[in-house]
Amino acid sequence: MAQELTDKIIRIVAETQRIPPEQVTLDATFRELGLDSLDAMNIVFAIESEFNINVPDEEVKNITTVRSIAERLGDWLAQNRGDEAAGGPD
Amino acid sequence: MPQRRVAVTGVGIVCALGQNQAEVFEALRQGRPGIGPLTGIPPGQLRFGKGAQVQDFPPRGALSAKDLDYLDRFAQFVAVAAREALGDSGLELTADLRRRTAIVLGSSIGGEASHEAAFVDLYKLERGRLHPFTIPRVMPNAGVSRVSMEYGITGPAWTVSTACSSSNHAIGQAFWLVRHGLAEAALAGGSEAPFSLGMLKGWEALRVVSDDTCRPFSADRRGMILGEGGAVLVLEPLEAALARGARIHAEVAGFGMSSDAHHITQPSVEGPAAAMQAALEDAGVAAEAVGYINAHGTGTRLNDPTECAAIRMVFGDHAARLAVSSTKSMHGHALGAAGALEAAITVMALERGLLPPTANFTRPDPECDLDVIPNEPRPAQPEYALSNSFAFGGLNAVLALRRRS
Repeated sequence: MAQELTDKIIRIVAETQRIPPEQVTLDATFRELGLDSLDAMNIVFAIESEFNINVPDEEVKNITTVRSIAERLGDWLAQNRGDEAAGGPD
Repeated sequence: MPQRRVAVTGVGIVCALGQNQAEVFEALRQGRPGIGPLTGIPPGQLRFGKGAQVQDFPPRGALSAKDLDYLDRFAQFVAVAAREALGDSGLELTADLRRRTAIVLGSSIGGEASHEAAFVDLYKLERGRLHPFTIPRVMPNAGVSRVSMEYGITGPAWTVSTACSSSNHAIGQAFWLVRHGLAEAALAGGSEAPFSLGMLKGWEALRVVSDDTCRPFSADRRGMILGEGGAVLVLEPLEAALARGARIHAEVAGFGMSSDAHHITQPSVEGPAAAMQAALEDAGVAAEAVGYINAHGTGTRLNDPTECAAIRMVFGDHAARLAVSSTKSMHGHALGAAGALEAAITVMALERGLLPPTANFTRPDPECDLDVIPNEPRPAQPEYALSNSFAFGGLNAVLALRRRS
């Protein structure tokens, strides 16, 4: 995965949760970072806004680390491009 | 069921006059209103330009950055006021007491400004998604929940929403819980943060907001000035408070409610009179023992003479010997927080032996011919005081407070 993208995700997690970015590693779970399910919603919201994508409801429960976002981001971006091409939402 | 006397052992207050008891009382003592030009509202969009807003809130360090994400301003007010009240009370919240402490707070509109901001995003900026904290910030019980979580208080807790009577209904219910042994302590009061453009436009449309200042009972009054803030009282059984050597600020002696069954915005004389009468009866006190009334006193054409007539109906000849003031002339009409601010102020007035004035008073109105303490505070030590709240929709709530004896 691109370093640039993971850096961006780390920055978003650190900024929304107000924790030092060096604590936010690829595989540190949000639970380990002291975050709860509502914090995870906040992170998903920030990721959606930053990349202009829609994260499906059924995938939100799997978002527990920066890596889990980075690995799926490509698909979400492609899905969004598909929506735009089809004239769908967003 | 045996009745216990109920003491006020802690007071916390945030309003346009200050962000703690000492600051607020100093402004009241000086008769210095906290009314000024509206800030944070785009200019040129309203027919009125003044409000009683809390400046520089929250103070640096009072709430964490994450708290500010989760909490609308109305809940921030109550978080800060509850902290002052609990600190002031010196009450030790043991594990047992946390289970038997109640929290009852009033709010008319909850996180209205957050609601409005979300809808601006959605409808005006056409953003496809809203922030996930929208609902937690908007819900009117957010203040109660915050206080419960901050102190680990697990007893009965709820929010009361009866427009401008919300906080008096909240304090009255908390008082009854403590009086009747259903709670061993209570945090009671309320908060409101109504300064969002949509809410102000709603008030503008009712044509009850003054374009200069708030002059309750004055012949040239032009309406209310909106205010904001929050206040919390710590209530305990008097005996328990005395046993632990607590400072007793005052007692809550009685609570009375009524509804007008009359009109959605116009007050009646009979409804408020019935609530005042009920508060006196609940306190078991004669009308002649009351020396001060903190009036609802909004400064509108309609409220003030109606309230004066209600006071005359209840107190008869004694009305001429009563002191009545509206502190809304200084802290504005804080809607669902009004009862909390005014109960806190009445408690402080009884304790300090100084009745706050009706500020901005210019000339008497024959329809409001009571002693309204114009412009200058008055040293006095009444044994009992009432604090009146009357809501749109005709829901009335009156507290009877007693000077510590």
